[in-house]
Amino acid sequence: MAKMSTIAILVENRPGVLFNVANMFRRRSYNIESISVGPVENTELARMTVSVEADSRELNQIVEQLDKMVDVIKVKRLDPMRSIMREMLLVKLDTGDPMAREETLRHVNARHGLILHIDPECIVAEVTGEPEEIDEFIELTRPIGIEELSRTGITALEKGRLKL
Amino acid sequence: MSGARAFVEALSQEGVETLFGVTGGAVLPICDELWGSDLRFVMARHEQGAAHMADGFARVSGRVGVCLATSGPGATNLVTGIATANIDSSPVVAFTGQVPLSVLGTDAFQEVDIIGITASATKYNIQVRRPGEIPHAVRSAFHIASTGRQGAVLVDLPKDTQIDSEDMEFPEDVSFRGYEVRLEPNPRELDWAATLLSKARRPVIMAGGGVVASNASPELIRLAEMLVAPVATSLMGKGAIPGDHPLFAGLCGMHGTGEANLLVSDADVLLVLGARMSDRTTARLEDFSPAAKVIHVDIDRSEIDKNVETVTRVIGDARLALKGILERLSMMSLDRSTNGEWLKKMERFREEYTPPELSGNPHLRAPAVMKALRRALPRDALVTTEVGQNQMWAALYFDAYAPRTFLSSGGLGTMGWGFPAAIGAKAARPDLPVVDIAGDGSFGMTENNLATCVEEDLPVVVVVLNNRVLGMVAQWQRLFYDRRYMAVELGESPDFVKLAEAYGAVGVRPETLEEFERVVGKAVSDNMTTVIDVMIDPEENVFPMVPPGKGLRDILVEA
Repeated sequence: MAKMSTIAILVENRPGVLFNVANMFRRRSYNIESISVGPVENTELARMTVSVEADSRELNQIVEQLDKMVDVIKVKRLDPMRSIMREMLLVKLDTGDPMAREETLRHVNARHGLILHIDPECIVAEVTGEPEEIDEFIELTRPIGIEELSRTGITALEKGRLKL
Repeated sequence: MSGARAFVEALSQEGVETLFGVTGGAVLPICDELWGSDLRFVMARHEQGAAHMADGFARVSGRVGVCLATSGPGATNLVTGIATANIDSSPVVAFTGQVPLSVLGTDAFQEVDIIGITASATKYNIQVRRPGEIPHAVRSAFHIASTGRQGAVLVDLPKDTQIDSEDMEFPEDVSFRGYEVRLEPNPRELDWAATLLSKARRPVIMAGGGVVASNASPELIRLAEMLVAPVATSLMGKGAIPGDHPLFAGLCGMHGTGEANLLVSDADVLLVLGARMSDRTTARLEDFSPAAKVIHVDIDRSEIDKNVETVTRVIGDARLALKGILERLSMMSLDRSTNGEWLKKMERFREEYTPPELSGNPHLRAPAVMKALRRALPRDALVTTEVGQNQMWAALYFDAYAPRTFLSSGGLGTMGWGFPAAIGAKAARPDLPVVDIAGDGSFGMTENNLATCVEEDLPVVVVVLNNRVLGMVAQWQRLFYDRRYMAVELGESPDFVKLAEAYGAVGVRPETLEEFERVVGKAVSDNMTTVIDVMIDPEENVFPMVPPGKGLRDILVEA
């Protein structure tokens, strides 16, 4: 049965590598739900976190197909119980109405978010959390009026001494 | 040293003697360096041909085949050849010129994003950004193309990196953090595989291209004889065991032999050696070898469980794996009391599923032509095929006696592949006769390389099974589309005898099998490029056949 899984990938930090990784998913008809990328402590390398909906056999293929790519150094599917998965949301809410503004501040504070910008028309806020928490936050603030939003996609690390 | 000079030097260091290509504006600096060098440049008449030549060269010699094209259309014309080589794990390195870095990305004249285009058709590709990177790029390309699961690598060379000079370092070894080649199989995996095989009552070995690539034929034959196990092959595995070996069951799959398909279906242990188990080999997956415990040996871990679910796997080089299994089995006691029965079954299946001879048909029949061709050629002759009916007739009715003597575009099924691949094969082994088994449709796709044969003195023989129709598609339309022939009739044009003559080659149209054999013999002994036009029945079907969507047991032997 297909379910959402998260894969961590250590790659060469080189032009074209993101393209090649994304291209593998496209070519074999796997749909990337979210992807986040950035250099790691050794800046020659970058780490990608990809979430994808797949059954266990597909997931196995994804890992093996990624693993054999020359620029892919390590691949691991992350066990959700032993990993920390976080996502950041930037959201712009229509807060021309004072009631809306108050409600926005309440929700953002409840999620330990940050208010990044306020003007008479709207508020830009930042919230981080597990992807489900972000979904929930969006649902809560939808009635206020979302002007636009941007999510980073999941980034993840394993707990304790577990390493990629 | 200029980039172009370094390029030629790097090729020499790789031991390259021949490259296949078509020149153009963006490779002028390289061509200028090739002028006066020891490298042989075989001029194809179209870049697709150049890539197939490099592929044919690689498959016959086991060494990397090299092709070169200019930027833009030169590069895109290579793509079919690159994809063909890559899916069949043939070590090919393609070099393309590119517009200068100064205009890269501006849609300059003859600019195309060949790195993007070939991303999913190569094992790896590299765009050079500085002249000094060229030696490393060339070494890397050869290393990656020729190790592990072999494949195609493309190196894109912007024109200014060819012209400009930098200090050059020629690396002996290159390494990549993300590319480790593990040849040696895990001993535990070998233990499991050997144990399963030792207990098999109805063992079958399925040999694929990996057996050929790893030069494992002697070990394969030894194992088959030790287990008394029939050997079926995929198209890519043809030749891994001699076609006249008593344990050879033939090709397995959509156009497999009755005995191969039924033995695979009845097996209790199936040893898959270096085969991808594609849809053409397995037919309907749900019905594939239902009772068998499958052991899959492959150097590419991603092939395990991709299509067929396995009980145990061995990751590594097929030859080393076979050696390990043989070593273990030689220390076990094998009960072969039931093997005689199993082999009798092979005989019975063979008799039951041999397609009937058509009588009262004035045309030469393709299977008979294939057998006559075999009689007319020495055992070590090299044969390539095109794609379609000709390919399946060749696979079924032309025996290959040694690995690397029967070459075919298996994965991509590229019409037009066989002829230029034959030219590449001839360049690798000028001492052996080379024959392309063609159809009139396929040959038409790359026939212009006749000029290359004649001008470059690379004589090959083309046997055109001429039915004036795109035969395999017509066969499907006949069997599954109620004879609604659409876009398959080729008519009477061209006259292949005159076509050959126009290129300065020999053209002949034998009327009988005896005449055909004589003509083949003469073409081989004269060592002349010869097109043999064999008129066959446009209505002739290739049998046996497993209809699309059916399992391996559903074998048609007549319409």
